[in-house]
Amino acid sequence: MEAVVEELPVILQAFWLTVKLTVVSGVISLVWGTVLAAMRVSPLPVLRGAGTVYVNILRNTPLTLIIVFCGLGLGTVMNVQFSADDLSINSFWLSTIGLSAYTAAFVCEVLRAGINTVPLGQAEAARSIGLTFPQTLRLIILPQAFRAVIAPFGSLLIALIKNTTVAAAIGVAEAALRMKNLFDAHGDAVIPIFLGFAAGFVVLTLPVGLLFGRLARRMAVTR
Amino acid sequence: MTETSGSAPLVNLAAVNKHFGDLHVLKDIDLSVARGEVVVVIGPSGGGKSTLCRVINRLETIDSGTITFDGRQLPAEGKALANLRSEVGMVFQSFNLFSHKTILENVTLGPIRVRGVPRQQAEQRGMELLERVGIASQAAKYPAQLSGGQQQRTAIARALAMDPKMILFDEPTSALDPEMVQEVLDVMVGLARDGMTMMVVTHEMGFARRAAHRVVFMADGQIVEQGAPADFFTRPSTERARDFLSKILTH
Repeated sequence: MEAVVEELPVILQAFWLTVKLTVVSGVISLVWGTVLAAMRVSPLPVLRGAGTVYVNILRNTPLTLIIVFCGLGLGTVMNVQFSADDLSINSFWLSTIGLSAYTAAFVCEVLRAGINTVPLGQAEAARSIGLTFPQTLRLIILPQAFRAVIAPFGSLLIALIKNTTVAAAIGVAEAALRMKNLFDAHGDAVIPIFLGFAAGFVVLTLPVGLLFGRLARRMAVTR
Repeated sequence: MTETSGSAPLVNLAAVNKHFGDLHVLKDIDLSVARGEVVVVIGPSGGGKSTLCRVINRLETIDSGTITFDGRQLPAEGKALANLRSEVGMVFQSFNLFSHKTILENVTLGPIRVRGVPRQQAEQRGMELLERVGIASQAAKYPAQLSGGQQQRTAIARALAMDPKMILFDEPTSALDPEMVQEVLDVMVGLARDGMTMMVVTHEMGFARRAAHRVVFMADGQIVEQGAPADFFTRPSTERARDFLSKILTH
């Protein structure tokens, strides 16, 4: 138990990185996923096709492969760099790209399910007062779709929090990687350290589920 | 009544055909509506009445023929089509109010977003329109909190807010409880009196008698017969119309 107390600064630092990965990837995947959903319901076949191909590829590829591709493919081979001298900044952003690209595919599909809950008459009424397709989507369809999928978005966020541990594969010093390092340093305290990290994840994920559940009830559109 | 004030018709359909798969819903429809005219479309279910209404603002596309509105052919898509729709109001059977917006927001959304009217001005006009349809006191509520009749009157106010050249009504009272039908019809009769050009698909024969200039009887995708309400209801000239009227007017 002393090992956990002694290493608390390291553990907190690790979780701080987990939180940063989650927030940055979460925001990017929300925006990108919304764009993808708009593409998949657009009247233009080219956009619809591109959205479908993207979602099917990213959703069906293991996250570990995507993160490793970002680290090696983008980072090492294609030499995508976010900082000339700080490797940790590079790996942070490369893993963020991977996490966002992957999560956006799920955001897109959840949002598309939300769009399907909005009655067709809403879009017809919007068109009949002269709103264009983008306006109809932005002002009428998406606001109602988002409210319908708040709870599933909570599940996606919980999944994202846990998925950030895959960034360890390319050396991001988030919780999973730090835990492994601490195992090596404190061979006699593996179980307490493990429990400490597990508790850390629960502290992050449990409130998310509760908050999004409450939000979903409060924001529901009554018809 | 078709030749109102001698000007060109507001809407003109010529040889319009429309299929839903194998179903031929509109068969060579020729119809024009003059400015200020109130046309009531009646007929058995599945006869193409709603489709006729919906092709005029291109919520349904047509397979052949031409439709002109205000002298111009209906645009196929994009900004031009949105512009056309902003000039043709539409009231639906199922109201279709925006569920996540208040009653007032439902009425002001079009003017603000489509016409670029400043919010304050749009809200003032919106309240006037809600006053006119008798639901100003409900302005801050959401659609689900209102009765069907109130929702449909809101929908009429939403259409009016765009200052349309015409309003299409697609069975506006069919989804209402019986005691709410009259309040909606009263608003529609008021509009007709004020000279609004209207096409109304309805089963309300009382409304047709009171407010229509012309009754169009549709069955099996064709316009079977049309004429002034008094003539049509007392002396229908086709067997099909006589048969239909005998079924709905006997009791």
